Amino acid sequence: MNAPLRRVGVVVIVLFGLLFANLNWIQAYKADEYRTSDYNGRVQVAKYDRKRGNIEAGGTALAVSKETDGELKYLRTYPGGGKYAHVLGYEPVNGSATGLERAENDFLAGTSDQLIVNRLRDMVTGDTTAGGNVLLTLSKRAQDTAYDELRNNNRGASKGAAIALDPATGAVQALVSIPSFDPNPLASHNTNEATSAYNKLEKDPARPLRNRALGEVLPPGSTFKIVVAAAALENGIGTDTNIPAGPSYTPPTSGEAITNAVPSICPQAQVTLMKAVTDSCNTGFAKLGVQLGADVLKEKARQFGFEQEDLTVGRLGESGLGVAASRTGSMANPDGGTDPAALAQSSIGQRDVRMTPLQGAMIAAAVANGGSQMRPYLVRQLLAPDRTTVYDTANPRELRRPVSGQVAADLRDMMVSVVQNGTGRSAGINGYTVGGKTGTAQSAPDRPDHGWFIGFAIDSDGKPVSAVCVVLEEAGSGGSAEAARIAGQIMRAAIADPGGR
Amino acid sequence: MTAPATPASSPATAGERPGVRMARSRRNAELSLLLLAMALVAAYGAMVEAKVLDTVTPGFWVPAATLTAVFLGVHLVIRFLAPFADPALLPAVALLNGLGVGFLRRLDLAKAAPEERADLAIFAGIGGRQLAWTLISVVLAAGLLALMRDHRSVSRYAYTLGLAGIVLVMLPAVLPPSISEINGAKLWVRIGSFSIQPGEFAKLALLVFFAYYLVRKREVLSLASHRFLGIDFPRGRDLGPVLVVWAISLLVLVFEKDLGTSLLYFGMFVATVYIATERVSWLLIGLVLFFGGAYLAYVLGDAVGGPFANFYLRAQIWLDPFAQPYDDGYQLVQGLLALGSGGLFGAGPGGGQPLLLPEVQNDFIFAGIGEEIGLFGLSALLVIYLLIVERGLRAALAVRDSFGKLLAGGLAFTLALQVFVIVGGISKLIPLTGQTTPFLSAGGSSLMANWLLIAVLLRVSDAGRRPVDGVGGRVTRPSGPPEQLHGAPTEVIKP
Repeated sequence: MNAPLRRVGVVVIVLFGLLFANLNWIQAYKADEYRTSDYNGRVQVAKYDRKRGNIEAGGTALAVSKETDGELKYLRTYPGGGKYAHVLGYEPVNGSATGLERAENDFLAGTSDQLIVNRLRDMVTGDTTAGGNVLLTLSKRAQDTAYDELRNNNRGASKGAAIALDPATGAVQALVSIPSFDPNPLASHNTNEATSAYNKLEKDPARPLRNRALGEVLPPGSTFKIVVAAAALENGIGTDTNIPAGPSYTPPTSGEAITNAVPSICPQAQVTLMKAVTDSCNTGFAKLGVQLGADVLKEKARQFGFEQEDLTVGRLGESGLGVAASRTGSMANPDGGTDPAALAQSSIGQRDVRMTPLQGAMIAAAVANGGSQMRPYLVRQLLAPDRTTVYDTANPRELRRPVSGQVAADLRDMMVSVVQNGTGRSAGINGYTVGGKTGTAQSAPDRPDHGWFIGFAIDSDGKPVSAVCVVLEEAGSGGSAEAARIAGQIMRAAIADPGGR
Repeated sequence: MTAPATPASSPATAGERPGVRMARSRRNAELSLLLLAMALVAAYGAMVEAKVLDTVTPGFWVPAATLTAVFLGVHLVIRFLAPFADPALLPAVALLNGLGVGFLRRLDLAKAAPEERADLAIFAGIGGRQLAWTLISVVLAAGLLALMRDHRSVSRYAYTLGLAGIVLVMLPAVLPPSISEINGAKLWVRIGSFSIQPGEFAKLALLVFFAYYLVRKREVLSLASHRFLGIDFPRGRDLGPVLVVWAISLLVLVFEKDLGTSLLYFGMFVATVYIATERVSWLLIGLVLFFGGAYLAYVLGDAVGGPFANFYLRAQIWLDPFAQPYDDGYQLVQGLLALGSGGLFGAGPGGGQPLLLPEVQNDFIFAGIGEEIGLFGLSALLVIYLLIVERGLRAALAVRDSFGKLLAGGLAFTLALQVFVIVGGISKLIPLTGQTTPFLSAGGSSLMANWLLIAVLLRVSDAGRRPVDGVGGRVTRPSGPPEQLHGAPTEVIKP
């Protein structure tokens, strides 16, 4: 019986070998996956063992971890409340973080590869490595202004967004979405409290959790005329070229006439392109669009950034907050050919054209920056936990070049005319060359119109200092003028405090 | 295993034993190993307190010292009653048992409110209860050593034990679920707050019966055969007992909803048949029958549900535990996450989050410990189990009578199989089933049964290593005819 006993011994060794190999698979190969799994409750406890880094702008901490007596050793707080909520997001105990808290989690939590030297050093000294700090480009004054002015807009609009960029670098100076929310209860260690706060926000029909500046797409209305004008300038039409206009235009296939906002706008048969932009002449741009064709318009819009689905705003070269794609929509018949009615309506930013506030600001920024559109970003610098070492300083880069310098100069002149002589007068700033374009977009047939303004400010040396987009949803009549006023205020604040310090 | 490490314990088949050797009891080696094991247990307790309480209490050594006293008692009993028993068995088992008590006490500390942690009484909580069960189990094991001076004496009660074993196996299945079912497996008998797992004892009783029966039948089973595909297959009429055990194990599978127990009984039986007959065909028949039956249960569970549904569900969970991470797959998912979180080195004793694991004091204790001691620590635990099993098999090799060989070999293999079933289950190697982890899991039944198993192995190893004239020196063959020839109905002499 000894031979089979020995073989049983071998079988036992094989069985234990299988156990050992399988434990290797789980505890070595799959360990990282299991350790960081969403189902793993240890992640929650462990991440509160070390102090998460600050998120700061202009020397002020916007997200800070404070020491507690509880089992979770640090509480994440947001001193700015709702003002920065859509930029920062929040870091809840259960569930996933949002905003930059999510995008920059590795660095804030101290687990980033970039911080490995700090961790190794702290392993020797026995300290717990704190998280790194993230410094933002935001201008405190511009953000304050944008938040206060949007919330107190004279149209009583409850929903809207504003975003301001430095046209020369793409640095975001202000980013506000209203209605906003207070992220502090969502980060509460009392998870029941956090859950009920979240559920309340989630059920709110105004959708306060939504970042409208990057995530909401609305019909851009007349602000889209800048794109059409750019296409026209590239197709042999000059700023002083006369284009057909008139009080009303009925496209060939449609019974519905396109008219101007008020009868006093371009009733004559011909106006210059300059005049058509300045007064926001609908009939002129509808006819221009039909003349240029859908392909030309769509291509121009694409060159300005429409249809891009993977843009993020955060750290350059890394991920960040997602941006919804702006769309020109379909301008085709059911049989595939161009539908002139759809094309005409799309040319004045209606029909299926949809744009994010960020896209609006990027159009204005490209015009102000001589035709070069810079990649927008929010993270200026990463700072080591001990605040001595700088890990990553933003190096601004061009995203694309939608128009040539000449076309940009012509567009700039026309947009300046809008603020000096046309619909955007309330955006003007003393001592600066301000340009812009208003937009009034029909939302639903029985709902008030959205008011838009996209614009820029250039200093006396010809250097662009700010580009901005403001939208007031369902603001009704006068919404675009109020948007222009708010845009002027934001740019003024951005000039006084350019941010990035 | 195929090459014995020391000549002192070289294989000892009757008739080919080495002529002269000095028998050594090695009791002092056992004593030093035992003290080393207890020092490890005390160190573990101190590390847990340092981590969980941020301080080591003045009384940290009390549980370890209590265990040391208890195990020293066993050591003394062995010195007098089984002086030639294997010296590695007791220290290895004591280490596992001590670490189990330490880990359960660590769970108590984690559960207690922070202000109560420092003065947790020694017999409080599941850790304290486990300590008490250890005491009882060890006394029982010592009692068995005292009563059973010769392992062959139990063969007299083989049929009684066999019957008792079958009753114990079937008892939870026929009792109403309110008494016998915990967590979907009908393995228990609950009387008030007290519950026992009769299956833990059944495996011992059944193994005594198997060993006795097979010693009587081995010649028939091994020689009367048809040759097919180069392998000797037994005659149809000799298949009867195997089929009966197979049927019982499948009934257990279906009605007690427990694959692990069923695999354990069947594996135990097939292994003893193979050891007795040396016929590979029995292994093949056993494997085909078991996996065929399990597959059939899976298919039936999918198609008709009913009593097979539980097995089907468990197989589904095994195939993809993350499909329902908060429902059916919760236990397995949490077990895997605990093991993964431990990684190579673990979070350190007291550094993990074992309370996130369901059933951590029981089925998932290996995962809970694994989170804190990591892959390296778990590998060490596996090696200790392996050591116990291989020492048991070595006792089987050394002992001279067939009954002892079968008994020790079967018990050692059963222990190995149980470790494989539960550790493989929580680490997703095989479908998870409710088995206790020998010597670690909380619970009296398992601890008692496994200590009794160790007592039998100690007794058999003592018989195997004991010089026949009692004081060492010349070793001679045992007198009398070889036992395996007794009572076999058709006695065939091997060519």
